[in-house]
This record gives sequence, C-alpha cells and structure tokens, in this order.
Amino acid sequence: MAIFLNADSKVIVQGMTGSEGMKHTQRMLASGTTIVGGVNPRKAGTEVEFDGGHQIPVFGTVKEAIEATGANVSVVFVPPAFAKSAVIEAIDAEIPLAVVITEGIAVKDTAEFYNYSVNKATRIIGPNCPGLISPGKSNAGIIPADIAGPGRIGLVSKSGTLTYQMMYELREFGFSSAIGIGGDPIIGTTHIDALEAFEKDDETDAIVMIGEIGGDAEERAAAYIKDHVTKPVVGYVAGFTAPEGKTMGHAGAIVSGSSGTAAAKKEALEAAGVKVGKTPSETAELMREIMQGLTK
Amino acid sequence: MDLFEYQARDMFEAHGVPVLAGKVATTPADAKAAAEEIGARSGGVTVVKAQVKTGGRGKAGGVKVAKSADEAEQHAAQILGMDIKGHTVGTVMIAQGAKIAEEYYFSILLDRAERRYLAMCSKEGGMDIEQLAVERPEALARVAVDPNVGIDEAKAREIVDAARFDAETGAKIVPVLQKLWEVYRDEDATLVEVNPLVKTDDGEIVALDGKVTLDGNADFRQPEHAALEDKAAADPLEAQAKEKGLNYVKLDGDVGIIGNGAGLVMSTLDVVAYAGEKVTGGAGEHPKPANFLDIGGGASAEVMANGLHVILGDEQVKSVFVNVFGGITACDAVANGIVGALDKLGDEATKPLVVRLDGNNVEEGRRILAERNHPLVTIEETMDGAAAKAAELAAAK
Repeated sequence: MAIFLNADSKVIVQGMTGSEGMKHTQRMLASGTTIVGGVNPRKAGTEVEFDGGHQIPVFGTVKEAIEATGANVSVVFVPPAFAKSAVIEAIDAEIPLAVVITEGIAVKDTAEFYNYSVNKATRIIGPNCPGLISPGKSNAGIIPADIAGPGRIGLVSKSGTLTYQMMYELREFGFSSAIGIGGDPIIGTTHIDALEAFEKDDETDAIVMIGEIGGDAEERAAAYIKDHVTKPVVGYVAGFTAPEGKTMGHAGAIVSGSSGTAAAKKEALEAAGVKVGKTPSETAELMREIMQGLTK
Repeated sequence: MDLFEYQARDMFEAHGVPVLAGKVATTPADAKAAAEEIGARSGGVTVVKAQVKTGGRGKAGGVKVAKSADEAEQHAAQILGMDIKGHTVGTVMIAQGAKIAEEYYFSILLDRAERRYLAMCSKEGGMDIEQLAVERPEALARVAVDPNVGIDEAKAREIVDAARFDAETGAKIVPVLQKLWEVYRDEDATLVEVNPLVKTDDGEIVALDGKVTLDGNADFRQPEHAALEDKAAADPLEAQAKEKGLNYVKLDGDVGIIGNGAGLVMSTLDVVAYAGEKVTGGAGEHPKPANFLDIGGGASAEVMANGLHVILGDEQVKSVFVNVFGGITACDAVANGIVGALDKLGDEATKPLVVRLDGNNVEEGRRILAERNHPLVTIEETMDGAAAKAAELAAAK
C-alpha cells in the first residue's frame, strides 16, 4: 500500500526540461519510478532521452499528458514565478496528486492555488518540499532513493535534510513511505493528513513525525494523534535555540512572540503520548526500541 | 520584512487608504521644520512618534503630542536616540494632530492553520489586541477571507457587522477595509494591521497607525520593496552574508555552524546547545551556537569559502561545526569544498573546524579530508559526537 504513492503511480514532471527537472527526472527514473511524460508547451511533441534507454515524451499541457498516458501524479519543478499557474493547470486537469518541489513561491500564490484545490480532485504536497518516496515502489521528488529501502516505518517531516538524516539513522528497518511536506507557511498536505494516511496504511507499523518552529501544525497534529492514531508515534522538533522574530531558512520557520516555539510543540506532543527525542539520533533510538519491540 | 509605521503610512496613502499627513525626521531641527509644515493643517498641533519596529512605544515615552513646532523639536530631541525594547530610535515621524472620537482595530493576516486569510476587527482599538483576544474574545470579530475572493464590499460588510458597528459607522468603514485589502493583495503582504483605526470628531475614518509585513518570496514582482529595507539596522555579518546569497542568521554564541538544509541546521544549533551545557556541566557560561547558516544543496568550494569567511569574521566564534548530510550533494564534493575553502582562506582560517559528513559518498568525502590532514580539521562520524567536540573546543579557548 504505502501512502499517496505506490508501484502503480504514473508520474509526469512539470518543468522536466529545466535543469533541476532534468537532473531529478533522471534520478527518479534510476530509482524505478514510472515516469510517463514531461510538460512544456514550447517543447510539446518532442522526446527527451534519459540514461538507461528512457525516451520520455513532452506534452503541451497536463491534460494532454493525462489523456495520453493515464498519469496520476505530477511533480512540479517550475520556477517560483510560474509555479502557481502550473499547479492550477494540474488541478484543472484533475490530477490526483501534485507534488510541488519549487522553493521560494510567494505565499499569496500558494494560498491561491491551495484554496483553488479545495473540494477538487487534486491533493497538493508542498511547496518547498523534497516530495515523497515509497521505497522500492516509486519516488516523486528529490529524496535520494539509496538512503533506505522498503520497510514498515512511516515518516512525515517539514524538513528535507532531516528526512534524509532520519531515513539514514533508521535504514536498518526501512520505510513504507517517507514524505516531506515542506517548510512554507501554507502547505497542501499537513502532518495530520499524513498521520491519517499512515494510520490507515496496513504496511505501516509505526510513525516518525518531524516538526520545526513556526505556526501550530505540531500542536494540532498532537491533538489528532491523541484522538485518532493507534500506531506508535515518535516525534522530533527542530529549533529550540531559534531566537524570536527571525526566519530560520524556511519561510515558515519563525517564532512569533510566544507562539510557534519548539518547547510548546514538544510539550503538546508529549502530552499526546508521543515520545519526543532531543536530537535526531535520540529520536531514531526511540523508534529503534519500538520497532524491536514490535518484531519480538 | 516588517515596515516602519511611516513606510506603512506611505503605502496606505498610495493605495487610497485615508491617513493623516506625516513626515519623517532624523534630527530635532528637521523635526521642527516638519512640524511647521504638517502642523499648519491641524492648528499647529502635531504628534512626534518614534519609528521602531516594536510595540509599546507610547508607554515607553516614544509618542508625544506637540502644540507648537518648538515643542515638536524638543520632543524629537528627547525621543531620537531613545532605547525602546532594545531598538534605538533613529527616526521620528511628525504626524498631523487629530481629534479622535473613537478607536477601532482592524487587521488582515495569514491564517496558517486554516490555510487562508483572516480578518480581525473590533470596536475596541488602541489597546494591545492580544490582550483583548484573551480577556474579551467576543469583542474581537474574526472573519475568514478566501484568498481567491478577498475583501469585496460584501465581505467588508460581513466584517463590520461581525464587529457590531452601527450602520452609519459601518458604512464609512467598509470602503476603507476594501482599500486595506488592496494593500494586502497588491503588495504581497502577510500582515496589514491598523491599530487604531479611528473615527475623528468630524466623523471621518482614518488609519492612524499601521503595521505591515511583506513576503520576501514576492520580491521578484515587487521591485520597489527593496528600498524599504532597513539597511542601517541589519547586522553587518548578516548584510555581508546576504550579499553573497547566503542564508545566515547571527546569534549570540561561540560555535560557528555551517550545514545544508534549514531543518538540519536548526537541529544542529540545538544539538550544539545541548553539547555546550554538558561541557560545563550546566554551570555558568557555556558554548552556544554562534549562527544559523544553511548553504543549501550546492556546497561548492566557493559557497563553503564564503560561508567560512562570514563565520570567521564573527569575533565571538571559537570553533566551527560543519554538518552536512549528503542527500543529493555528494560528500566528496563537500569535502573538496572544505579543502578548497581552507586553501582559499589561507591565513584567515584560524579557528578549529569539526566536520561531520554522512550520506551520499561519505567514505570518499572522509578520505579526502583525512588525506589532506589539515591541522585545523577534526573529522567526527556522528552529529552528536561532532557537536560535543565543537563545544569542547569552544570551551577550551
């Protein structure tokens, strides 16, 4: 099963012919993803050759790509200024999943395309995220496929490199799916959405949730876990030492007054019965204990 | 980026929001000249207002009414240079005086949890709105705003009705809210706050004090926003880093930090802080992270050298922790980046470097560093171990 992405996923890449798009399409293909097309109106009708003998057709629109290939996932590498119209196009074409990798999209644009997607067919992941991987099945985004293989841990994280770090620390167990939801103030898929999907997924036994300063998504996730999640959850929150009022790299990572602090998030998660590690390694150790307990 | 009140005032005016006349001054003499000009519209009365990006100016004595230009000059002399919550006042605004009948509150902001915008409005403005929200939440109307619709006339009416304005006042406020929405939308703001929004004695609605936060990600289509940046207040190291395109935040500590990815770097700061507490057993001053620096995916020798240059320019720094997880970036490229940066910096590199590499091509990366065997570089295998080593080195110096 895994969540949101599996072996049957047929992936198109919006912005495939740009430099980032080319690089990561090659990597996705190398990790076994079924990529069925790229989208670029100026190069419609051409084909792009990738290593490994892959000839990937370029379509003029997302709609044409879906009609020709049955694609059900789009990965978006379109630059910030054009990302909104690319995502709106994907929503209008009713693609079930749009994974927006692009970093630096104006929050107004994200607010507009996210609200446009509400009550429509498209789930949005991101923006400003590494995408998601269901190891051994499919990889939609930029998460390196060789860090960890398939297994029974589900991972959801606001941060890309912390996702990689945690997958690396727990590579002995492997993952059902690992999903980077992005560090922007507004994102399409939240911790709660991923927790809900992992709870339902029969290939996931336990969940790692990684958060960071800013907003109250972790507090809301904690409340959700308390009421709805029966699988064990281990948490980690980054940014205990972040000063108030400074944006720490991610546009959404900012402590405002007394809200959005790492301490408040940790406290909320612990109150919901989630074990929270002080460092990534300690968090991995907590999960290791849980996984070892489950296999006994 | 947060704007000063006078910048918000100018922006409001440009979008047709009713504001009072105002002019900035950085010397008492300029303040006097401004008061002569501005005061002519309001019977000689002006208000001298400290321009600082923090609340509580009034309580701190940073806002004073002047009945004459001479008095405005005296107030300006007092207020300029004043410290308000750690902000030194370098500029005052001389604002036209007004007879205020009632004070209201209005704001539009990003609602991260609901992933749309939120308009907040109250008949009880002027005071601390967070306090009002806690003490009398029923007095603060909260109305959801769809980003794709915004605040049109119908939405503005909904907001004034929710705040329980009488029909006459409400009708006067509605167009002002629509104009404030235009500021929010057209300027790519994430916050537009007016506190207080006032009704004057003659029944006019005026935005008396404004706060605006702009979205830096929209700079590409807002070229005029660059001029609003407060370059004087920026930390010199932060300014230098920004020029080089580095994502750097100066902190108050002695362990310099370089890493890749915002989350990993934030996590690195925490791990160093814990390690620092352990080094001294929790007693007295202990090693702390000196900065946040995310070098992103690339980590070329040039980016690494630029990053090290900024960090080594921080006199407080006693040791540096380079923490890289090679996801897309290969560790050998990072190792070559570090070696190249040290060569490039030459004698400038004087502080010990603790390097932790993991992930893609880590063996080759560690081999390159080991082979070079630079006297300043220590290689550690784990993040926690490297943090402990960097803290120990900082404490020893």
